[in-house]
Amino acid sequence: MTESTLILAFESSCDETSVAVIKDGAEILSNIVATQIASHQRFGGVVPEVASRHHIEQITKCTDEALAQAGVSYEQLDAVAVTYGPGLVGSLLVGVTAAKTIAWAHQLPLVPVNHMTGHLYAARFVGAFKYPQLALLVSGGHTELVYMVEEHEYQIIGETRDDAAGEAYDKIGRVMGVNYPAGKTVDEWAAKGQDTFHFPRAMEKEANFDFSFSGLKSAFINTVHNAHQRGEKLNKYDLAASFQQSVVDVLAEKTVRALHRYPAEQFILAGGVAANHGLRKRLNHDLAKEFPDLVTLQAPLKYCGDNAAMIGAAGTVNYLYGDRDGWDLNAVPGLSFPRMNPVTE
Amino acid sequence: MKILAIDTSNHPLAIALVEDGKLLATTTYNMVKNHSIYVMPTIDQLMKQVHWEPSDLDRVVVAQGPGSYTGVRIAVTTAKVLADTLNCELVGVSSLAVLAANVPPTSQATIVPFFDARRGNVYAGGYHWQDGRLVQRFADTHVAMTDLVEQLKDQQQPFLMVGELTKKINQHFDGQFPANIQLLPANYALPSAYQLAMLGAVEKAVTDIDGFVPHYLLLTEAEVEWKKQHPNAPHRNYVQEV
Repeated sequence: MTESTLILAFESSCDETSVAVIKDGAEILSNIVATQIASHQRFGGVVPEVASRHHIEQITKCTDEALAQAGVSYEQLDAVAVTYGPGLVGSLLVGVTAAKTIAWAHQLPLVPVNHMTGHLYAARFVGAFKYPQLALLVSGGHTELVYMVEEHEYQIIGETRDDAAGEAYDKIGRVMGVNYPAGKTVDEWAAKGQDTFHFPRAMEKEANFDFSFSGLKSAFINTVHNAHQRGEKLNKYDLAASFQQSVVDVLAEKTVRALHRYPAEQFILAGGVAANHGLRKRLNHDLAKEFPDLVTLQAPLKYCGDNAAMIGAAGTVNYLYGDRDGWDLNAVPGLSFPRMNPVTE
Repeated sequence: MKILAIDTSNHPLAIALVEDGKLLATTTYNMVKNHSIYVMPTIDQLMKQVHWEPSDLDRVVVAQGPGSYTGVRIAVTTAKVLADTLNCELVGVSSLAVLAANVPPTSQATIVPFFDARRGNVYAGGYHWQDGRLVQRFADTHVAMTDLVEQLKDQQQPFLMVGELTKKINQHFDGQFPANIQLLPANYALPSAYQLAMLGAVEKAVTDIDGFVPHYLLLTEAEVEWKKQHPNAPHRNYVQEV
C-alpha cells in the first residue's frame, strides 16, 4: 500500500454501539464504544428491543466523536464498513442503516463485514497475519474454529452445537448470583479454586472439532441445586474452577487436534471469552509444548469485546479485496462462514 | 427549501422529495416486507430522477412513530444520520398525524387516525384542521380499539377515523361503529410522504439531533416489569462510553 486507506467502521450487533476510524487496516485513529451493559444488567441479560433503542440513541454521537477524535473528515474516507451479521436483527439494523446512510450521503463505497471476521481481526492489532491460519473465536454468541488457507478465505472446521462458551458462563454465573456478563468474575473465582467437581467434558473424544456446552451447564446447575436442597453450601471458587477447567479442557484439546489436522503458520485467539485468563494460560502452555514454531496472536484484552476498530481492520481487507454492497444491504442475523465439508480428523 | 420526507412506521413505505411546497417525486410501496432493503435504494432513485445531490437537501422530515418499532427505527435512523452527516435540518412528525392529513382541511370533524398495535390494541390520536394547520386534539396513545370507540361514542361530536381495520384488530373488535364515528375507506389509510413533508415544512427543526429518537409510546415489556419491581429507582443513564 503506497497510499493510506481510511475506513469508517460501524458495529452494533449486540449491546455495544461502536464507531471507529482505522488507517491501513491496523492503526486505530479512534474507537468509540458506548456499552449498554448497565442497562441489560437490570434484566440479567441482553433484551433485544432495549438494545435497539439504545443503539439509536447513541449512533450519531458515536459517529461524530469517532471522526472528531481521529481528526478525519468525510472527504478523506475511502469507505464505510459495517457489521451486517451475525447478531440481533434490531441492533444490527441501526448500524447497517447508519452506515448505508453515511456512505450514500458522501458517495463512499459500502463494505459489508461479518462480525466474526471482526473478532478475528482484533488480533491484527498485535501483529501481521500469516497463512495458513487457525483461529479459535469464542464469545457470548459464538464458539468456532476457523481455518484460513489464505487471506480473505474463511472456513469453519468446528463450532458449538448448542450454547456458546460465553453464554454458558453467563448462565452458570446467574446460578451463582453473578450478573451478566459473568465471564470475568467466574474467571477470577476460578483462579482461587480447584477442579473438585469434575464436570463432563462434552464431545472431547469425538472425532470432530465441534463443541457442546449445554450438558456442562446442566451438570453445573444440577450440582448447585442438589446441594441447595440438601442445605449444603458449595465453595464458589471450586465451582468456578471446575466449570472453567471443563470449558478450557475441551477448547484447548480440540484446538490442538485441529492444528494437527490443519497445520497453520499462525494461531489466533479472539472474541469476548478470549479475555479469559484461564483459557489464555492453558492455550499458551499446550501450544508451546505441541507446536513450538507456531506463532500465536491473541487479541488485546481491550479489543476482545465488541468494537468497531476490529470491524474497521477486517473491513479494510474486505475493501481491498473489492467487497462492496448496495444500498439494499440488509442485516443478516444468522450470518456464518461456510463450513468445510467434510471435516475429518 | 428542499425536503426529503420518509415514513416507514408501518407496512407501507413512503418517500417524497418536495421543493418549496411542490411535490417533485414520490414513491409508495405497500408490499415491502423489509424496509431496510428498500429505503435507501428508493431515496437514491428519487434523488437521481430529480437531479438532486445529497448535499442539496435542506431538511429531512421523518414520521417519528408510533408504529412498528423496527420500521420507525429504520426511518428515524436514516433521517437523524442524514441530518447529522449532511448538517441539514431535521423534523419529526407523528406517524398518526401523517394519516390524519389525508383528510382535507375543509373537514370540521375531529380526525382519529389509528394503526394496529397488536392484541386488539391500536395507536391512535386526535387531530383537527384549524386555519389550514393540523392541530392535536388529544395525544397519540396506545389503547384497546374497543375502549377507544367507547370513549369516542360518549362524546357528543362527530369523529372521522382513518386507518386500516386489520384482521388482527377485528379479532378483538366487532367492527361496529356508533353513529358519531365514521370510518374512512381503506384508500385513505395509506400515508402520503407529500403530506408528511408539508406537515414538517412548517415545524421548527430539531435542535438536538443526537437525542432524537422514535416515539414508541410504550416502554419495552422488560422495562415495565423492572420498574414494577424497582418503583423508586432513580433515573440514570444506562449507556456509558468506555
